Amino acid sequence: MLAKRIIPCLDVTAGRVVKGVSFVELRDAGDPVEIARRYDDQGADELTFLDITASSDDRGIIFRIIEQVAEQVFIPLTVGGGVREVQDVRNLLNAGADKVSINTSAVVNPQLVADASARYGSQCIVVAIDAKQVAPGKWEVFTHGGRKATGLDAVEWAKKMQTLGAGEILLTSMDKDGQKSGFDLALTRAVTDALEIPVIASGGVGNLQHLADGVKQGGADAVLAASIFHFGEYTVQQAKHFMAGQGIEVRS
Amino acid sequence: MVDIAVVDYGMGNLRSVQQAVRKVAPNASVSVTDDAKIIAAASRVIFPGQGAMPDCMRELDARGLRQAVLDAARNKPFMGICIGLQMLFEHSAEGDVPGLGVLSGEVVRFASELKDAQGNKLKVPHMGWNQVHHGDHVLWEGIEQDARFYFVHSYYVRPRDATVVQASSDYPQPFVCAVARDNLFAVQFHPEKSAAAGLKLLQNFINWNPV
Repeated sequence: MLAKRIIPCLDVTAGRVVKGVSFVELRDAGDPVEIARRYDDQGADELTFLDITASSDDRGIIFRIIEQVAEQVFIPLTVGGGVREVQDVRNLLNAGADKVSINTSAVVNPQLVADASARYGSQCIVVAIDAKQVAPGKWEVFTHGGRKATGLDAVEWAKKMQTLGAGEILLTSMDKDGQKSGFDLALTRAVTDALEIPVIASGGVGNLQHLADGVKQGGADAVLAASIFHFGEYTVQQAKHFMAGQGIEVRS
Repeated sequence: MVDIAVVDYGMGNLRSVQQAVRKVAPNASVSVTDDAKIIAAASRVIFPGQGAMPDCMRELDARGLRQAVLDAARNKPFMGICIGLQMLFEHSAEGDVPGLGVLSGEVVRFASELKDAQGNKLKVPHMGWNQVHHGDHVLWEGIEQDARFYFVHSYYVRPRDATVVQASSDYPQPFVCAVARDNLFAVQFHPEKSAAAGLKLLQNFINWNPV
């Protein structure tokens, strides 16, 4: 049977992995290549790198990191951050990414999702959605690292991205991100139930029960977490062991 | 002299395949190539693929590589991966296009509205690590029964000749995920992204000397 995936997420800036709370207050977590190897050793199912570099001058750094990781780690690598054109997708794939995550640019230019998936296949196009609750059972899409409201309904937006050719949705709750109080399970459930494509739950993991809840209650196909792994609270192995104990199919 | 040619027809992440082959065969020369002459001269050929089958077939022909791939699939150790497996068959429901016809059978899509035993929705594409129930082909040597490999696909192959089947997986119904015949071995999953089990399969392919 297909296993639910555990995906450690590495937010990278200036060549370092960092982690913030609700998209601010960055804390250094170490060298990305070293961290990627550690998670691979621990049995991570995939790795996601988000280039959160503000200045475009430093864009080259992420390519060198991905190249180095891809030489040593033989699991799927997703890279996002600053992807604006089809050429950006191509460059990341050539550097060694298997999937490319598109966030703000999907809102600014939805045709990018259609063009990139038509060219490289929907299997490598992930659309990242940052959502904030605006009313009971209602979430709005935000862009530019959570600073800009779009007026778009998150569930409807996810459906549109699926139609345009996204192969997967990376869904982050901005209300929960960095809070360590668990995923927004209602948001996760609403999006996954509305889609045919896989959904990765993100934002808010503080313990292993939260990961299991994301799958069992949220219905997520994969769960993404950062700080619980970066700062040594848990290993990926421990997470899998815990989830298996709750009857969730995992890759051991 | 190129030991291993990875066929480049402009589709998919060939770098991953190249990196993984280099890892298991550090002394071999590995060439990612769209040159039919290099493919013809190589001692082994890997035929990967990502994206949509109609685009893959079109790009293969646009680069004049069809004959080189057909020849390699008939006369030297040859490994198809993902769309590189699907293209070996006669016909694909994806875009309703003919394939290379090296193997008889067709490529079909997973049904929509699939559910698992608990009634949860099964997503398409089938994406992630699934268990592979394999046969006794020499390329499975050292790989545990039901080992997990990384898949990402919405279509799967239905060979007409059951004797070519070398592995299956379940989603939720069994589907064929590896075939073999003579010098040819092809898989639906991505060995280059399947950690230790995938690297072992690639290593076995590099060492394979079919008669």
